[in-house]
Amino acid sequence: MAFLSIKNVRIAGIAAGVPENIVSNLDLKSGDGAISENYSPEAFVELTGVKERRVSEKLCTSDLCFAAAERLIADLGWAKNEIDAVIFVSQTADYALPATACILQDRLGLSKETYAADVTLGCSGWVYGLSYALSLAQGGYLKKVLLCCGDAKRRAPQQMDPLFGCAGTATAIEYAPEATGSYDFHFGADGSGFDAIIIPDSGSRNQVKPESFAMHEFEGKQMHSMQTHMKGMDVFSFGITAAPKSVKKLAEHFGFDYQSYDYFLFHQANMKMNNMIVKKLKLDPAKVPSEMYNFGNTSSASIPLLMVTQIRDQINGRKTKIIGCGFGVGLSWGTVAFEEAIQISELVEVKDSEENYGYKL
Amino acid sequence: MDINTFIDNFAGQFDDTDRSVFTAETKFREIDEWSSLIALSIIAMVDEEYDVTLKGEDVKGAETIQDLFNTVQSKKQ
Repeated sequence: MAFLSIKNVRIAGIAAGVPENIVSNLDLKSGDGAISENYSPEAFVELTGVKERRVSEKLCTSDLCFAAAERLIADLGWAKNEIDAVIFVSQTADYALPATACILQDRLGLSKETYAADVTLGCSGWVYGLSYALSLAQGGYLKKVLLCCGDAKRRAPQQMDPLFGCAGTATAIEYAPEATGSYDFHFGADGSGFDAIIIPDSGSRNQVKPESFAMHEFEGKQMHSMQTHMKGMDVFSFGITAAPKSVKKLAEHFGFDYQSYDYFLFHQANMKMNNMIVKKLKLDPAKVPSEMYNFGNTSSASIPLLMVTQIRDQINGRKTKIIGCGFGVGLSWGTVAFEEAIQISELVEVKDSEENYGYKL
Repeated sequence: MDINTFIDNFAGQFDDTDRSVFTAETKFREIDEWSSLIALSIIAMVDEEYDVTLKGEDVKGAETIQDLFNTVQSKKQ
């Protein structure tokens, strides 16, 4: 029973960075490799809800997280030498080795006495990452923790799947012995669905080889084995069952009425899936913001990005009851419920230029 | 589980195909309107009406509506 309740901590602030460059899915052509030949661009936009995305060929996830973290630290007025830990949650690390969190420690100008580690999770990553960060802070030893989550530029040259956009976020967590509330979590994993969303080659199971770049057809699209292969129907049936169940289990375990919450922030998978989840939980759609139209599916950045781009005016600095639920690749899922007054920074738009790129060998 | 109700529910996912086209023996992939989008609607319908989680393979492995009905029924037990 993967339930967790963490006290004496708070989320102090959240920021998000996206590439400045916007691309429209209406400019795609069916059968050109980006979308299945079974769809027109208009049908793709209608099904997924994704019209525009932020995309960069150069900015890595950590570059977007870095920009978000710099803004967040400045907005909160945190001193850099007070930050005790940085956790980087992503599936698009700068390098196969070393951990990107170590690079971020130096690039952000944090102390060498910093706890730094990477976590490899996707759509469920912010909820999982939050549990790591809050757990580290709750004892009062590490007082300020930076959680960086997102996905951007891929590991191999490819036409990016038009469902996905690039984003990197930063969440500031601090030890707060005076805090009265708690952060309550439910988690799950199902590795029997490991191949529902998978990059087949480049791990140690299937090492990179010249054939890894051979194109083949998968679910109506041409792709190579360093690209994400997604079994659409399996992911859909997983999402519409796992997410509502997780929210219900959390509410049942901790004995609260989930309908009393102000906002439900679901990972932005695709519109059809998310609408189904809302329907199954009988939620008021006004409490369930969506960013898919402008940003697409941004993996572990999706939930904090919702706070920055969709409900900033409503929640900035104001005590708000929030349920966040991430679900996807793994398969993996997690839900968190909390009440907090979070300082939300304005969206950071990062230019494609040399000064924004991180450490290069 | 009733096959006629299942066919009604199945047909309800289509916008442009007349209900009279659908029988237990209908090979649903041969219907012009069939698409991967409708496949998702069928998965959602089965989840909602029958509380059964279908996988992609279950849909791909079925040829007729009866086949899919049988799969849902066996998963329900």
